[in-house]
Amino acid sequence: MFHRYLQISLLCLLSYFSSALLAGPVQEFTLENGLHLIVKEDHRAPIAVSQVWYKVGGAYEQEGKTGLSHMLEHMMFKGTKKYGPGEFSRIMAANGASENAFTDSDATAYFQSLEKSRLALSFELEADRMRNLVLSEAEFAKEKQVVLEERRMRTEDQPDNMAFEHFLATAYQTSPYQNPIIGWMSDIKNLTLTDLQHWYQRWYAPNNAIVVVAGDVNPTAVFELAKTHFGPLPRSEITPVPTRPEVEQYGMKRLIVKRPAKLPELTMGYKVPTLATVPKGQEWQVYALEVLAYILDGGDSARLTKNLVRAKSMATNIWSSYDFWSALSNLFIFNGKPSEKHTLSELEEAIREQITQLQTTLVDEKELTKIKNQLRASKVYEADSVFYQAMQIGRAEAIGLNWQIAEAYLDNIIKVTPAQLQQVATQYLTDDNLTVAVLEPQSLTEKTKNTTIMESPNSAKGAIH
Amino acid sequence: MKPLTAWTTMIYSLTLRTVNTTTSNPSLVRKGGILAVPVVHTPLLTKEGLGVVVRKVIYSLTAWLILLSYPVSAIPTIQQWETSNGARVYFVAAPELPMVDIEVTFDAGSARDGDKPGLASMTKSLLKEGGSGEWDADQVAEQFDNWGAQFSVSLDRDMATVNLRSLTDTQLLSPALNLLTVVLKQPAFREKSLEQVRQRMLNALKMQEQDPASVADNAFYKAVYGDHPYAISETGLKETVMALKREEVVAFHQRYYVAKNALVAIVGAVDKQGAEQLANQVVGSLPAGETAPALPAVADLKEANLVNLHHPATQTHILIGQPGVARNDPDYFSLYVGNYILGGSGFACLLMDEVREKRGLAYSIYSYFSPQRVPGPFVAGLDTRNDQTEEALKIVRQVLQDFVAQGPPAEKLKLAKQGITGGFPLRIKNNSNILGYLSVIGFYRLPLDYLQTFNQNIEAVTLEKIKDAFQRRLHLDKMVTVTVGGKPEAKEAN
Repeated sequence: MFHRYLQISLLCLLSYFSSALLAGPVQEFTLENGLHLIVKEDHRAPIAVSQVWYKVGGAYEQEGKTGLSHMLEHMMFKGTKKYGPGEFSRIMAANGASENAFTDSDATAYFQSLEKSRLALSFELEADRMRNLVLSEAEFAKEKQVVLEERRMRTEDQPDNMAFEHFLATAYQTSPYQNPIIGWMSDIKNLTLTDLQHWYQRWYAPNNAIVVVAGDVNPTAVFELAKTHFGPLPRSEITPVPTRPEVEQYGMKRLIVKRPAKLPELTMGYKVPTLATVPKGQEWQVYALEVLAYILDGGDSARLTKNLVRAKSMATNIWSSYDFWSALSNLFIFNGKPSEKHTLSELEEAIREQITQLQTTLVDEKELTKIKNQLRASKVYEADSVFYQAMQIGRAEAIGLNWQIAEAYLDNIIKVTPAQLQQVATQYLTDDNLTVAVLEPQSLTEKTKNTTIMESPNSAKGAIH
Repeated sequence: MKPLTAWTTMIYSLTLRTVNTTTSNPSLVRKGGILAVPVVHTPLLTKEGLGVVVRKVIYSLTAWLILLSYPVSAIPTIQQWETSNGARVYFVAAPELPMVDIEVTFDAGSARDGDKPGLASMTKSLLKEGGSGEWDADQVAEQFDNWGAQFSVSLDRDMATVNLRSLTDTQLLSPALNLLTVVLKQPAFREKSLEQVRQRMLNALKMQEQDPASVADNAFYKAVYGDHPYAISETGLKETVMALKREEVVAFHQRYYVAKNALVAIVGAVDKQGAEQLANQVVGSLPAGETAPALPAVADLKEANLVNLHHPATQTHILIGQPGVARNDPDYFSLYVGNYILGGSGFACLLMDEVREKRGLAYSIYSYFSPQRVPGPFVAGLDTRNDQTEEALKIVRQVLQDFVAQGPPAEKLKLAKQGITGGFPLRIKNNSNILGYLSVIGFYRLPLDYLQTFNQNIEAVTLEKIKDAFQRRLHLDKMVTVTVGGKPEAKEAN
C-alpha cells in the first residue's frame, strides 16, 4: 500500500505541474534614475505588498564599523525634512499597514503590506526617506541605546546565539560574513552620526534600490506611480565595495564557547559556494547542495531526524541548512543538541556518519523523487503568501542575480542526479573545510537567589493605585 | 527540521518576531551561516493579529472612504455544520490555488493536564511521532512527504491542533486524508517514541531555564494563576514529565480526542460537498465522546506581588500583569482597541513611545491581552539593561496608571480605529489567515459573521467604553510584577 501510493504520487505530481500556472505574471521596469521596479500580480485579495531593497548590508562594512547598516535601518524611521521622527510608522499605522524592515548581510529591506489603494502612500514615504533622511544626534543617541538593548536580548543573554556568533567569527577567516550583522558590541558603541551620514549618502539612492510590488495591482499603474514618487530622485555614483573573498581553509578548526547555560550544543560548518560565487558552468553544484540539505533535513522523513532523533535517540533537536541565496560563499551547517545519554562528540560522530554515507552511497532515486515532490508542492503552498512571492524576487535581485533565477529554481532542482549529490558531498563536506563549535554550559545558578516579597500597594515608588 | 528554503526561515522569524512580543523569547535567525538580524519594529499583539494606529494623516479621508466601501462580499462566507458524530466543521471555499488546509482542533491543551503537567503536550507530539495504526513514525513521515503534504501538530494552553496542508489532486489528497484519519484515531503511542519525546521535553525545560525571558514567563504565569491549570507552561514540569506513562497518554487521547471535543476548519479549493466528505473522512469515525468540561474560574489577585529572580543576564526582563479576559467576553473589543493604543500597536502605542522612542530604554516593549477560554493574562513587558530596571518600571507603571485613570486621548482612538479597520483586508489576505480565524471562531464559539461585523465592532468602541472596561478590569494595586535579570554592572560607557 505504502509503495503503491508512492508510485502514484510521483506520476501525478510530474504531470500536474507541467501544466499548472500558479503565479501571476511578473513585469519589470527601470526608471531613468536607475531605480529597478518589479511587479508581480496576484489578484486573490485586495492587498499590495511593497518592498524597497537596498544593496547594502553587514557584508559591506569595514572593520570597526560593523553594525552600521543595521543602525542606519533603525534611523530610517527617525524622520525626514518633511516628516518628523516616528511619523513614518504612525502614518502607516493609521492606514492599517503592516510594516517592518530588516538588515541582512547582503541587503537591507523595508516593507509594507497594505490595502491596495494605499500603495501610493508607501511609495511617497519610501521615496521621501530614500533621499531626505534627517539624522540627528538626539535621535541617534537614543536609538544607539535601543540597538544595544537589541544586541543584549538577541546575543549576550542567549548562549546558543553567542556560541553561533563565535562559530561564524572562527569559521570565516577573511569573509565579511565573520561579523555579526547587528555589529560587535564595541563597534555599535563607537558608531558616530558622521558614519551614518556617510553610509546613507553612499548607498541610499534610486540606482542602488530595487522596489518589488506584489498583489492586486496593475503593473502599468504601479510603474506610473513609481515614476511620480521615485522618478524625481537624483541618482548617485555607486562604487561597489571590493569583495574580499574567503581564503582557502587548510585544516579543521575547533572552538569551545563557555557560557551560563543548561544544554550543550554542537555546530559544524563546511565552506561551500553559492549561486553567486560558483564558477560558470558549475551551477549544478549549488542546486545539488540545495538538494543535499533537503535530503538531510527537508521534512520529518529526512535523514537527520529519521536516523539521529528517531532511530538512534542521539539528539533531541537537529537541523542542517544551506543558504543558496547569498552573495558570497558561505557554510553548509549542521546544528544539534544531544539527548541526555549522549555526548557532543558522539553526536558529531553520528553526523559524520551521515556525511560519509552521502559520499560513499548513491542516494536512492526514490528518496530524490520524494524531495522533488515536496518542492513542487511547496511551490504551490508558497503562492498563498504574496509577501513571500515579493521576498523571493527581492532577495535574488539584491545579490545581483535576477528574479528569473528564482522562477527557474524548481526546474534546476529537478535536474539534480544522485551522482551529482555524491560529488558535492565528497568535494565540499571534508574535514579540511570544516569548523566545529561546541557550547559548554556553565552554571546558571551559582549566584542565584530567589526572593519573593510583597509589595505595598501604595508604595511611594510604585505610585500605583 | 529544515524549512523549505533558507529564506523561509527568515520570513518565519519575521512573523515570529511579532508573535514574540506576546510570548517573549525572540529567536535568532540563522540564515545559512549568517546571523541575520531582522526587524526594527515590535508590532502587534494578541491573537487578533495585525493592526496599528495613529495621528493626523493626509491620507486619512481617502482611506476612510475606501474602508467604508470595502465590499462585504469580499469577506469570505463561513459555512458551518456538524458531522453525524458531533464534530463541528467550519469551511471557506478558496478556489484560486489547487490546495487545501485542514486544521483539526481539540479542546485538549495543557489546561487539561490535570495533575500531570506535560501530558497534553506529550500526547500531541506522539500523534505525530509515536506511530499510527500499523505504521511507525518513519512511515507516517515518509508518506506525507511523498505526497508533498505538510503535516504538523501544535499545542497551547487551550488547544491541541493537528494541521494538514495538501494539494487537491485526488491521488495525493485522498491517501493523505486516509493517513490523517489513522493518525487521529489510532495512535500507537510507541514506548520508544515516548522516551524520545520525553527527552526533548526535558531539554526544552532546560532551554527555558537558560533563557531569562522564559524564566520570567513561567514565574509570571505561576504568580498570576496560582493553582489554576493555566499556571504551568505547555511543556510541564521536570518531575511530572519524568513520570508520564504510556497508559496516561492513552487515557488522555481517549478522553479528549473525540468528535464532540473537536472542530474541523477547512479552507481550500474544494466545494461544500467536497468539504463534507473530507470532514467525514478525517473525523467521522472518531468516537463521539463528550466535550471537555468547563475550566475552573480564574480567581482575581488579592494583593500586589513582586517576584525578583536572579539570572546571569545583562538585561532584566520585566513583566507586569494580572488575569485579563476570556475570548468571548463582551468587553473584548473595548479592551482590544484600548490595548492597541496602550501597548499593542508597535510604534504607534503609548508604551513604545514613552519607553523606547523618548528614552531608548528597551528594544522590546509591549502590552497585550491574551484572550483564552477563561481569562488569559494581561501583560505589559519589556527588557532593559539591568541598571535601568527601576526607571523602566516606574515609567511603565505611570503609563498604565494614566491610561486607566484617564482613558486614551480622543485623537489616538480615532487613529486606532482607522488603522485597525483600514488594515482589515490584511487579516484575511490568504488561506492561512482565514484558516486561523476559522479555528478561533469555532473554538471560542464566536458568531459566524465575526469577520463581516469586525469593523462595526471596532467602530462601536468609544472612549467611555475603553475607560470603563479598563477601570473594571485592571487593578493596578494588585498586579504581579516579575523581574528576571542580573546585577547592574558598573555603568557602561555610552
